[in-house]
Amino acid sequence: MSHNAAMMGCEFERTRCGASSEGGTHLKRPSLQYRRDAPFVLLFLAPSLAGFLLFFILPFGAVAYYSLIDNPVSGHFVGFENYRILWASGSFRKAFANSLTFAGFGVPLLYAASLGLALLLRGKLPFRQSFRTMFLMPLVVPVASVILVWQTLFHWKGAINGFFLHWGSDPVDWMNTRWALAVMLIVFVWKNVGYNLIIFLAGLSNIPAEQYESASIDGAGAVRQFLHITWPGLAPTSFFVIVMSIVQSFKVFRETYLVAGAYPNDAIYTLQHFMNNMFQSLDYPKLTAAAVLLSIVIGVTVYILFRLERRSREALS
Amino acid sequence: MRNALRQMSTLLKWLLLAAFALMILFPVVLTVSNSFMAEQEIGRHYDALGADSTATRDHAAIRLIPERATLSQYNEILLKRPKFLLHFWNSAKLTLPIIIGQAVVGTLAGYAFAKLVFPGRDKLFFVYLLTMLMPFQVTLVPNYLVAQQLGLLKSYGAIVLPGIFASFGVFLMRQFMSGIPNGYLEAAKIDGAGHLRAFLHIALPLVKPGIAALVLLSFVDNWNMVEQPLLFLSEPIRQPLSVYLAYIAEGARGVAFAASVLYMTPMVLIFLYGEEHLVEGIQMSGIKG
Repeated sequence: MSHNAAMMGCEFERTRCGASSEGGTHLKRPSLQYRRDAPFVLLFLAPSLAGFLLFFILPFGAVAYYSLIDNPVSGHFVGFENYRILWASGSFRKAFANSLTFAGFGVPLLYAASLGLALLLRGKLPFRQSFRTMFLMPLVVPVASVILVWQTLFHWKGAINGFFLHWGSDPVDWMNTRWALAVMLIVFVWKNVGYNLIIFLAGLSNIPAEQYESASIDGAGAVRQFLHITWPGLAPTSFFVIVMSIVQSFKVFRETYLVAGAYPNDAIYTLQHFMNNMFQSLDYPKLTAAAVLLSIVIGVTVYILFRLERRSREALS
Repeated sequence: MRNALRQMSTLLKWLLLAAFALMILFPVVLTVSNSFMAEQEIGRHYDALGADSTATRDHAAIRLIPERATLSQYNEILLKRPKFLLHFWNSAKLTLPIIIGQAVVGTLAGYAFAKLVFPGRDKLFFVYLLTMLMPFQVTLVPNYLVAQQLGLLKSYGAIVLPGIFASFGVFLMRQFMSGIPNGYLEAAKIDGAGHLRAFLHIALPLVKPGIAALVLLSFVDNWNMVEQPLLFLSEPIRQPLSVYLAYIAEGARGVAFAASVLYMTPMVLIFLYGEEHLVEGIQMSGIKG
């Protein structure tokens, strides 16, 4: 019986059976396939790998190396001295704290907004498709082309303060106080909500409908259905959304620069501002040490999230 | 009764969504509508924002309907300010080569990671993934030094080349390639031409939607680029529109709305045309494997 099946397999995959008749079993197959695929690996992967090594891996190694020497010209090894100087710098600590604060507020806010929209958008609804299109729009509208609007709204003499005064409350200096953080959070959510919405909608549609049907037969209300079916069913999606949101929150410089310029209020002076300014003042030791620290922070965060995800998936099954 | 309740909740949902949609679309609507205002009208609504103390009002006013719709801003920006078109062209010169290069390199490598077997494949892919997550500033210094060594700083190469090899293209195309059943490829491989034939005749036609998605997502990202040109291009005249617009917004508010609309138009048109591909691309980026 098993022999027959193997023979049938041979008719479809002649090459593979030839290999096993040489005396090897399945164990031999991977290395054989390595050898068979090798020229193609070279052909398909070489262009990408060459560029990737030159523009990403080599630079990354160089950053780690530069962070341990005094400067690229003399190249004396100084151990962790650069890191000590970096940590002693007030502006670095401020930028670091701001980046963490921004992620700390921005990621949950973005998560809640996009999950909420996805829940509202699931199922049949008039103009569902048009809503999706509208929510995706900010993703394709360059921030540079709507900065005028943000400035008009949040300027000291902008429309919101005009509105506040009209209704008798005190104006707020949005861009020059800690409120700048709130403004950047709004821009962050505005820009990224569409992307996460799409991911969540896909995650929601992967939850089998029967689960909801049997739950509602058991008399479970909307809240219980959410807690027992939707929430656990979205776990893998949620982890991905959170990872991508953290990554995006560390890349918010683009928006901050366009709205607030190179020297924004202290509250939104992030690690990226710090690194750009170090680059422009040619302070490579501090910049490279900060780069290594930032990549460690991102790497560790992502690693922990992936571990958590695996554990929660194992707990489910 | 139950039915009425359900209709009520649908209506409520719908109103909530509509309110959100209005807030989200507001910046776009305001920009577009104000681009049809004459410069004088813009001046009246916004002069409170300037340093000029002769402002007619205390605060900027939000007006969605022009008193008299006119194309004068477009006329001014397209015909009387050649600089605008120059910067638009700069943006195109930076973006197009990156998109094309990324599609070619990404499709090839995506096939390798999804359909070829080689030692260390998954570990290498993980390294690709990690670099995708890092902000641009992490490898700023060495990228600058590499560009300097290769003599790329005088051209756009310092920005275009790293853009072409950014791992996002490889990542996305690998996701799409993984979706092709191996059985489809076996048939093409049997008569000897092997993977080359399988790639060209089977895989490539099947991942066309993936390539479309990559083109869209890459366009979105690169048409907006700010950091790279800001740090690598010293001459203001060579900056792309994304950076230049920030200057216009300060100095020439009267034409900035039309400039903004012209800047977003290619993106929005391509988006409306290829929205399904964009959505598919985003979903694919969320599927691990």
